[in-house]
Amino acid sequence: MCGIAGLFIKDPKLQPQLGDLLAKMTSTLCSRGPDSAGFAIYGAGQEGRSKLTISGPSEASITNVAKRLVAAIDPGAATTVRLSHAVVLLKSEDVRRAVEWLDAHFPEASVVSEGQRLEIYKEVGYPDDVAKAFDIASMSGTHGISHTRMATESAVTTNGAHPFSTAADQCLVHNGSLSNHASLRRELAREGVKTKTENDTEVAAGYLTHRMRQGQSLGEALKSGLDDLDGFFTFVVGTESGFGVLRDPVACKPAVMAETARYVAFASEYKSLTCLPDIKTARVWEPKPATVYFWEHA
Amino acid sequence: MPTFDLAINPVRDLNAALHKLPADTNETLWTVSNPGGEHAIAVGVDAPLTINVDGNVGYYCGGMNKQANIVIEGSAGQGVGENMMSGRIHVKGDASQSAGATARGGLLIVEGNASARCGISMKGIDIIVKGDIGHLSAFMGQNGRLIVFGEAGEALGDSLYEAHLYVRGPVASLGADCVEKELRDEHKSELIELLRAAGEAGKIDVSEFRRYGSARKLYNFNIDNVGAY
Amino acid sequence: MTQHERAWPATAPRKSATFDDYALSEIRRAASTGIYDIRGGGSKRRLPNFDDLLLLGASMSRYPLEGYREKCGTDVTLGTRFAKKPLKLSIPITIAGMSFGSLSANAKEALGRGASLAGTSTTTGDGGMTPEERGQSKYLVYQYLPSRYGMNPDDLRKADAIEIVIGQGAKPGGGGMLLGQKISDRVAEMRQLPKGIDQRSACRHPDWTGADDLEIKINELREITDWEKPIFLKVGASRPYYDITLAVKAGADVVVLDGMQGGTAATQEVFIEHVGIPLLSAIRPAVQALQDLGMHRKVQLIVSGGIRNGADVAKALALGADAVSIGSAALVALGDNDPVLESEYEKLHTTAGAYDDWHEGKDPAGITTQSPELTQRLDPVVAGRRLANYLKVMTLEAQTLARACGKSHLHNLEPEDLTALTIEAAAMARVPLAGTTWIPGAGVF
Repeated sequence: MCGIAGLFIKDPKLQPQLGDLLAKMTSTLCSRGPDSAGFAIYGAGQEGRSKLTISGPSEASITNVAKRLVAAIDPGAATTVRLSHAVVLLKSEDVRRAVEWLDAHFPEASVVSEGQRLEIYKEVGYPDDVAKAFDIASMSGTHGISHTRMATESAVTTNGAHPFSTAADQCLVHNGSLSNHASLRRELAREGVKTKTENDTEVAAGYLTHRMRQGQSLGEALKSGLDDLDGFFTFVVGTESGFGVLRDPVACKPAVMAETARYVAFASEYKSLTCLPDIKTARVWEPKPATVYFWEHA
Repeated sequence: MPTFDLAINPVRDLNAALHKLPADTNETLWTVSNPGGEHAIAVGVDAPLTINVDGNVGYYCGGMNKQANIVIEGSAGQGVGENMMSGRIHVKGDASQSAGATARGGLLIVEGNASARCGISMKGIDIIVKGDIGHLSAFMGQNGRLIVFGEAGEALGDSLYEAHLYVRGPVASLGADCVEKELRDEHKSELIELLRAAGEAGKIDVSEFRRYGSARKLYNFNIDNVGAY
Repeated sequence: MTQHERAWPATAPRKSATFDDYALSEIRRAASTGIYDIRGGGSKRRLPNFDDLLLLGASMSRYPLEGYREKCGTDVTLGTRFAKKPLKLSIPITIAGMSFGSLSANAKEALGRGASLAGTSTTTGDGGMTPEERGQSKYLVYQYLPSRYGMNPDDLRKADAIEIVIGQGAKPGGGGMLLGQKISDRVAEMRQLPKGIDQRSACRHPDWTGADDLEIKINELREITDWEKPIFLKVGASRPYYDITLAVKAGADVVVLDGMQGGTAATQEVFIEHVGIPLLSAIRPAVQALQDLGMHRKVQLIVSGGIRNGADVAKALALGADAVSIGSAALVALGDNDPVLESEYEKLHTTAGAYDDWHEGKDPAGITTQSPELTQRLDPVVAGRRLANYLKVMTLEAQTLARACGKSHLHNLEPEDLTALTIEAAAMARVPLAGTTWIPGAGVF
């Protein structure tokens, strides 16, 4: 049970405000999801390089881990630390090695995301506090998704928070409750897709990644999800070039969207959209059930 | 003519003030500004007031309304007019899902579209939607009238009891035990009366509407109907 | 020659434990009628229950309290979290939600009279509040169900508390059901249904799904009632740790947890017997959820489902509940299933203690029926007195046991006052097996 917000910027002049607007949208979703919050920001990338976002139990701990990682894999690689998370800018071909190295040397650190442009920040705590601690408001980018969480069946932990990323530059947030995620988790494990938590959303993320690895487009994978995933869900999926929205056929969980010439926005409640520029003249609508919506940058 | 700015004062103060009004109050015209998508605006009102809300509202605006005339100059979130008993709610924009849910009386007018589950479990309310309605509308509708100028989504009138449904545009599909029925003179009169209440008298030919109602096969259980459950 | 024509004795005829008499009769019934079996009541199977727990009375290390002079308090306050007017009851035993429609008007009146004499509350059911009920009950909890039959703001404001029903123990995940025979004129009018048809109730609320939207709905109900009334949330026992956690996060003042032994007026037999968990297994996870959130005793927990006597009350409170609720037991106190009516039960092809086809509306005791001829058999004043007597006995029994454990208030009973007779009960209640220190199971969530 949660709140979701998403913002896809069409007008490049609005990109520096992505973080600020997303943080404001998320602030209105605190009461539907007071346990934890997460932010996925698609910022600037660098040719040949990938950002590896890792998290640890504390700022001091992750700073140390990042330092040792860089020394072992790619001395001189740029690192940015925000609270318990560190983003390390590695050469794309070094990412596999880095993840294995981390697993072997610092199992208490988690890989939160990897990708050319994606950075994910998520922590336990009241969403406003989490946003401030990560200084989300200062971040810029082309699109971003945020999530506030009220845990249903799995624990309130950092790793249980959304967004979940199961492939480079991909992430997923979810409002609702899947009813067959335990079986799906086992099936995915048999096919080599590993999940780290008991969280139903992680299963959905893994499912979509698996489908896309098998050759489906994101839209096709979401459509397959309508057959294979059971329960109530509103999904917002982020990819390197854009974001997608899907509601289950029964569509009990709320969803509202707004579009202007400058942006497309998604939120669980209209209240979250009121901070956006020109919202009074925006086209506001509710996505239809069992229909895939997708926006991307060329 | 009290005005209330929700950017400055919380919804709690607005509702408290509305509830405190005596039955014979002179303060019958209220303006609520900066609603900003807040929930539970003007709920539980029981007085013959007019309340103009200047903007978009969140969930349950006008919930359990009695007597009041609530005008929303914008769109409404989930459950607008839920369980309304009497009075009128006029949404100038769109309404989200479960508009008029379980409402027992009064009139709900939506100028734009209503979303899924419009009129779910309706128990006597009259709902007029000038745009489209979403899926599972009038689910378990017991009483009252639902009139739609545009289209209806999937499973209209699923498990319907005795509510009267009139849709002018195409219906994506009918729900369990809901069938199309003949539009007779008494139904046309009903439509004319309700169109007048919605300010659309004489603008629409009522013959363009199609009537839907319960086939009444689920009224007493029969094993041969088990596929409908 | 066959086995039976020979000289030696035949093997004894043996019935199957799997295909026992009940299972066989049910298959025959299904084959004849083509419809699932519907009945009232709660789970009838032998299940782990409070009989499998024992209280450890005082001796050398603990000292008992004298009866009468050394007080043992029984009062409870429900709704201290947010409500302006919490509910203060004299005893920690309330009457559970049962509708007018499933019960006769006389039965509802009897419940109100008895509860008021005992200083406790009754609860409306899936059909709305009757004026008689409000008149007779000193404290009335008003249920808010998916069907919203009869729901209106005036009754909401007349209530002493509001109980949002998400589910009940007999059928967690199911909706309400009242068959045509019981939709009399008055019931039909209250529920706005045609007379004599089968009532189908939705299993989900029409205008919210999920704890995040429930929070907004609870807020709306508080706004309508100016934050006066405690808001209860009722769930059937299924995943109690998560359910109670979400109930607290959604803003409930009180949680009502109903185990699978909890009764219903009518639903499918398979639902009653095979969905939901026994109350004994649901209480500790529920209490742990409250403790993990720092809300034990701040959000009160009422438990129900097979509560029969003061020992059950004491044990439920020892496990951490603030109060219990009774439904089936209250009806028995009024006169349901009384052997005095055996000749009538025989005509209905059943026997006293087994009669559960309440949906047919033929109750000889006049309780679960709308028939005017039958309902007048129940005198509400006499029956009300019987209920009050029963509530008093349960309270005295609980006090006796609590005093023996050295408690000056029922709420001071704790899990350490208990021990278990079986491994299942020990694991479920998280108390040691009698005579040992062993608590089986991995334990906590």
